[in-house]
Amino acid sequence: MSKDTEIIDTGASVGLVQRHTFTFGKTGDTLKLESGRELASVHLAYETCGTLNADKTNAILVCHALTGDSHVAGYYQEDDPKLGWWEIMVGPGKPLDTDKYFIICSNVIGGCMGSSGPVTRNPEKDKPYGTDFPVVTIGDMVSCQRRLVDSLGIEKLLAVVGGSVGGMQVLEWSVRYPDRVCAALPLATTTKHSAQAIAFNEVARQAIMADPKWNGGDYYESGRPEHGLAVARMVGHITYLSDESMRHKFDRKLQDRGEVSFDFEADFQVESYLRYQGNKFVNRFDANSFLYLTKAADYFNLENQYGDGSLVAAFSRAKCRYLVISFTSDWLYPTYQSKAMVKGMKKNGLDVSFCEIEAPWGHDAFLLPNERLDKLIGGFLDRVHAECALGADNEI
Amino acid sequence: MRFDLQVIASWIEPEATVLDLGCRTGSLLDHLRQEKGTKGTGIEIDQEAAGEAIAKGLSVIHGDIYEEVEDYPDNAFDYVILSQTLQQVYDPEKLIREMLRVGHRCIVSFPNFTHMKNRFQMFFTGRAPVSKELPYEWFNTPNIRVIPITDFRRFCVGLDAPIVKEVAISTHHHDTKGRTITFLPNLFATFGIFMLGQVGE
Repeated sequence: MSKDTEIIDTGASVGLVQRHTFTFGKTGDTLKLESGRELASVHLAYETCGTLNADKTNAILVCHALTGDSHVAGYYQEDDPKLGWWEIMVGPGKPLDTDKYFIICSNVIGGCMGSSGPVTRNPEKDKPYGTDFPVVTIGDMVSCQRRLVDSLGIEKLLAVVGGSVGGMQVLEWSVRYPDRVCAALPLATTTKHSAQAIAFNEVARQAIMADPKWNGGDYYESGRPEHGLAVARMVGHITYLSDESMRHKFDRKLQDRGEVSFDFEADFQVESYLRYQGNKFVNRFDANSFLYLTKAADYFNLENQYGDGSLVAAFSRAKCRYLVISFTSDWLYPTYQSKAMVKGMKKNGLDVSFCEIEAPWGHDAFLLPNERLDKLIGGFLDRVHAECALGADNEI
Repeated sequence: MRFDLQVIASWIEPEATVLDLGCRTGSLLDHLRQEKGTKGTGIEIDQEAAGEAIAKGLSVIHGDIYEEVEDYPDNAFDYVILSQTLQQVYDPEKLIREMLRVGHRCIVSFPNFTHMKNRFQMFFTGRAPVSKELPYEWFNTPNIRVIPITDFRRFCVGLDAPIVKEVAISTHHHDTKGRTITFLPNLFATFGIFMLGQVGE
């Protein structure tokens, strides 16, 4: 979820990639959102790597987490040091092997990395939408991705994979479009936010809305609510780590000083780290977008949407194979939430594998190098590829 | 593959659906998939073993067998297998009843506690037996049950579950090789393997 996690390159890169924009929703074919509102002329920023095979059976859709973007792997220019956010997972010979698979990653609707969102110019008012942008849901994100997949001529995705809020999109795909997914890999995610997860999001949103510069969401000319957004990010960051990882990384170590200052400077390293992460985030993210995306995550409730409150009923729609993964120290989406979805899948006789990976780094673990995670995903995809793309049973 | 697993594999029909409780790294499921085209599922509590099995492309759930077996609907599988785990099971009756609920047939293999070597050790040394099949001291053994083949048969009568097949084996020092024991199995066999039918069948 925290895109600012240090990226370590673990092998060959996909190399140069380009960001494309897919536009849809012309008059007569507008995007109907779950809120009831409609949106015309929707943009989705997306990137692809690898090669789509002739019968278009090797496509894998990667869904990014809360504040991610379409830049999943590779780089934009030869001299661009910034690699994609899942460089360790996507590339030649890596678990999402671009020698075998065609990888697609798009920025979600409501985001601010090239797709339509509150930053987009509202044609009716000739200024950015701000909070006039309709509220979007995980379902809306997925229905936009479905149109992108349609436009690429792909009838059935080999797999949909993503962690955290990306994992919610994966789950949504598997029950919303059961005939269009061979396999789903929801990582470090949940079928619905706990009260605790909503609570942290609400504190983050309040930090933005309490910043006077937020101005009801209309700040694009008057100056952005940078402080509020930075605090929101700091709150988020706490939820992505764990007690153990914080102790290991910072403990009570002081920042650039031998003793406490008796003022309100950042005495402790953890304070300095959070301030740094907050400030860094402000440079790349839009505050309104943060409000929209956290709201979408809070609204997500797979069992209510598809099963009248029953997870078993919700998964009765699904047909794909699943690989569910949780991490021991993830207290934002704890293992019990993954186990609940696995139970729902099992009760429907679905083909499901599940592993709780031992990792001390909290929710962020799915973005960090982990040999176990690599092998699980690589091995699972090998089988799915053999069964669905190369083999006989396209219908399971 | 272990010899008891080879025997179990020989009992499974092609294309059957199989649930392997305590599947470790999935060698039986992998073998059955390749040789018989079965559709297998495993449950394994050890993260490393479960991870290795999933990485082989098997459907495996990392979790506790008691909890996980409960989620399956009645008769979800043709065969439910519990190999060399019964001696560590806290409530064998409950587990085997669950196995017979979710599976048409249940296959159980376990080390035969009353094998001759164990009897001699106890008799002559007066100490708890330690063998290749049960290689632990009393203070570090995960095996909380001692199961003679004869007692297991009586247990099945009590359960009212018919014994559909049974074989007693003796394994060599390489556990991948062995032979079946027909003469006094409770004395000469190192392992018992049973296939049970559903209660009251």
